[in-house]
Amino acid sequence: MLRGLSVGELEATDLQIATGEIVCLSGPSGCGKSRLLRAIADLEPHCGSVLLGKQAQADLPAHQWRKAVMMVPAESHWWFETVGEHFHHDQQDALRALGISPQAFEWPVARLSSGEKQRLAVLRALQYKPHALLLDEPTANLDEDSTMQVEQWLCNQIRERLLPVLWVAHREDQIQRVADRHFHIEDRRLQPRELKP
Amino acid sequence: MNVIDLSWWHLGIAAGLVLALAACTWLAQLKIGRSLLVAAARTAIQLALIGLVLETLFAAGSLHWVALMGIVMLLLAGREVVARQRYRLRGGWSFGIGTLSMFISAFSITVLTLVVIIGPEPWYTPQYAIPLLGMLLGNTMTGVALGLERLTEGARRARGEIEGRLMLGEHWKQASAQLRRDAMRAGLMPTINAMAAAGIVSLPGMMTGQILAGSPPALAVKYQILIMFTITAGTGFGTFAAVALCTRRLFDSRERLRLDRIVTTSRPRG
Repeated sequence: MLRGLSVGELEATDLQIATGEIVCLSGPSGCGKSRLLRAIADLEPHCGSVLLGKQAQADLPAHQWRKAVMMVPAESHWWFETVGEHFHHDQQDALRALGISPQAFEWPVARLSSGEKQRLAVLRALQYKPHALLLDEPTANLDEDSTMQVEQWLCNQIRERLLPVLWVAHREDQIQRVADRHFHIEDRRLQPRELKP
Repeated sequence: MNVIDLSWWHLGIAAGLVLALAACTWLAQLKIGRSLLVAAARTAIQLALIGLVLETLFAAGSLHWVALMGIVMLLLAGREVVARQRYRLRGGWSFGIGTLSMFISAFSITVLTLVVIIGPEPWYTPQYAIPLLGMLLGNTMTGVALGLERLTEGARRARGEIEGRLMLGEHWKQASAQLRRDAMRAGLMPTINAMAAAGIVSLPGMMTGQILAGSPPALAVKYQILIMFTITAGTGFGTFAAVALCTRRLFDSRERLRLDRIVTTSRPRG
């Protein structure tokens, strides 16, 4: 998927992610995790190439690429008045699975807590049916219980939709639970880390 | 049409009023006496110089000189647009975009007004061409400057929202639609307000001048309406062009929002 990709401080990186595979990425803050995701989503100028299957990033109009390789940022933004306007159709089941009130679509955006925003941002991204997912700390603002709930739901969605996923995570226990492979950014490069069986 | 001549001695009385005001600001410790006097001196010197230039221009009356004057005015207006920006595009793009959009709108509307509506013989008669172009450029400049300022400032502020939209696969035009709308509105508001208040709150300067110079008020009013409409059109189209061009420049060929193309200037004017 990535071939010789380099952005900012980070040195050329090669990485391949299979369909339905979750690769976790960790590292100290400021080491370029988010920038790497942004480069893969083509939001930041970068060197090297990114491929989705046989499709090269540079050969696709940028907005089509981003619809296929969808990034969910750590801090989500909302531009309409109510929550529901950001969604194409009703998603009661998903709301329940994420532990959010079924009435949430009627709410004004200002009423959402940061944790609710974060969960809804993932849901909003998935409705575009992306072919790959880039998650930037999707559970950073959640308490223990919701984190488990969201992890479970996300992993199910990922396996079901066969999405290759690059997941930036902080907490070691989460990485152990969700990751198929784990890389840690050290000395401006991706170092593979063992997962405990 | 009899115009009462003004001698320099008469202007001295008016200048005395400004001096008196400066003395009062000094007594009241407002600390603006100096800038007041400098500004007053600038008015006198700049207007006297432009008077000389116009006298020469009117005497010569050839297309070359009128065109040269127009271009100088355009470049000065372009510089002024840049000087008013707090966040400007790197590498002269703000100047280029501002000047080009003022050229497109103010110049073509001036020529249209001269040829089709007023119709002096020849069409570039400086007595008509220069004041008309001056008023159009001055107002278009304000609109373009306001529009560009709102655009670059808005792009910095709404970065998260715009990039959030881009991440969901929206086209750059879609992702920046709200931003462009706000910027165009900001550029157009002053002229709309000026039209709405004309004659009620304020007597427009040009009309007042024409009446003072002995024109019948009915004719002065017609000229004023003509000017207001052409100014509105000029400002509107100029702002449209500037906002469209500048938004295009804020995104690159891969539809990324490129805030690194904006530089911050410490002290804007205006």
